[in-house]
Amino acid sequence: MALNLDDIKRIAMLARIEVSESEAQETLHKLSGILGLIEQMQAVDTTGITPMSHSQDVTQRLREDVVTKTNQRELFQSIAPATQDGLYLVPKVIE
Amino acid sequence: MINSSLKQLGHLLASKQISSVELTQSYLQRMAQHNPGINAYITIDEEKSLAQAKAADVSIAAGNAQALTGIPIAQKDIFCAKGWRTTCGSKMLETFISPYDAHVISQFDAVGAVNLGKTNMDEFAMGSSNETSYFGGVKNPWDVDRVPGGSSGGSAAAVAARLCAAATGTDTGGSIRQPASLCGFTGLKPTYGLVSRYGMIAFASSLDQAGPMAKSAEDCALMMNVMAGFDERDSTSLNRPVEDYTRGLAAMTGDQPLKGLRIGLPKEYFAEGLNADVAKVIETAIAEYKKLGADIVEVSLPNNNLSIPVYYVLAPAEASSNLSRFDGVRYGHRAAEYNDLLEMYMKSRAEGFGAEVKRRILIGTYVLSAGYYDAYYLKAQQIRRLIAQDFVEAFKYCDVIMGPAAPSTAFKVGEKTSDPVAMYLEDLYTIAVNLAGLPGMSIPAGFAQSSEGKPLPVGLQIIGNYFDEARMLDIGHAYQQVTDWHQQMPAGLE
Repeated sequence: MALNLDDIKRIAMLARIEVSESEAQETLHKLSGILGLIEQMQAVDTTGITPMSHSQDVTQRLREDVVTKTNQRELFQSIAPATQDGLYLVPKVIE
Repeated sequence: MINSSLKQLGHLLASKQISSVELTQSYLQRMAQHNPGINAYITIDEEKSLAQAKAADVSIAAGNAQALTGIPIAQKDIFCAKGWRTTCGSKMLETFISPYDAHVISQFDAVGAVNLGKTNMDEFAMGSSNETSYFGGVKNPWDVDRVPGGSSGGSAAAVAARLCAAATGTDTGGSIRQPASLCGFTGLKPTYGLVSRYGMIAFASSLDQAGPMAKSAEDCALMMNVMAGFDERDSTSLNRPVEDYTRGLAAMTGDQPLKGLRIGLPKEYFAEGLNADVAKVIETAIAEYKKLGADIVEVSLPNNNLSIPVYYVLAPAEASSNLSRFDGVRYGHRAAEYNDLLEMYMKSRAEGFGAEVKRRILIGTYVLSAGYYDAYYLKAQQIRRLIAQDFVEAFKYCDVIMGPAAPSTAFKVGEKTSDPVAMYLEDLYTIAVNLAGLPGMSIPAGFAQSSEGKPLPVGLQIIGNYFDEARMLDIGHAYQQVTDWHQQMPAGLE
């Protein structure tokens, strides 16, 4: 599956990373190399093989529905780029 | 003293021959002298370290010392440490002061160890040479024109140059073992789930695992006693009985302490791609193990070559999801100029991430995008099972697997930066272990000469079955009783 420049721009938009015209060409070249490496997988017959996401046979734990954390808003917002009145500030989304 | 084991340092502290403050100061002095040339640390905070050392001295005086109380440990800058700048090697987190402690950090704090500083690393742990760090590459203490390996390259250089008593690392595809091999010390990646990932900045969550990086297997065993254990804050943390990883070490003496041990050599690890000088060192180490009583059997891991393509689907896919949290809203870098929210995201991420991190996010985004999930992600997870089954089959015939940890010795700075695929092949012998979730370690096994005649370390990899860390550490310790590779130091750093 060969990539083209439009693919790069589409993927970059999905990933929310700005890629300039000049970077796109270089990115296309490097990503194509990596995808070439990945293509080796397609030669393997995997019919009927269960996908593996974890090496141990485990399930998600459940916990009691009780309060375990205290509010640390001031501490956490002290490292934010922009806050006001306890809220995170971002550019206006709704007019 | 800088070559002392953790146990010896513990004795010096307990018998009041030295205080933790004095010990910490002596390391801080070495760091001031040697770190500028090696760049092993991103953040050093003398005041914080010395405050911990003072508290440790109080504990020791009160008779409350544990094995690592008062001992200065370097922490990879992937672990959030409250009040410490925690960058993960990225511009994205250049000014991030962590508001909380990772589980690993709180475990070391609980026993009174001293946090000596935060070590350099490939950006978001994505790299095999430490050259992707925003804070500059780390130099290999054995030859400063060469890389220390990665991604835990700062911890690796700090251990090799004796700029800490021991260090922590993380290993997603070889990031503890490959630098351990290239810098000549002992590094262990535990079974997936043994060490909590809480507060460890996520790269590929189904593969990431923290582990010790230290001079010897004995030191790593003491570190494991602190690091391992159940933590409910990590949903993949395994709830198992607490182990003493040092329990078998004392028995590793006498003529043939490993009598009857079956060592499997995977023929695929000794095929094309392995440097001849490295192969020679590994063969000599295997011969030493025969003398210690082990039997050698040949095994096969037929799908090993597929581990790299599988990894470069799964790890970027998980990374693209994990790194979506860096949006310039709650913490981390935010672009200075933007017109709307979308542009703020896109510029902040374009400025905050380096080239390799962006590549991996883009690859991950692509393989997870509509229409490609089955062909890439699902296929990779299926082959992952085949790779894991290879190990199940191999362990029917052997107790541990041995081979090289890296295909070559440390390479030159800049040698592989232009070709990501060439860099990815560095992890040919380590990635399958992460995919299977098995424990693996690298121990110093000797040296190969560089083209300039400098000695470059070679690591022997030991791969164990699930939860077999204690036995692997015994096996490493037995070898370190009859060899002194682990005590060798780079020239000029005495």
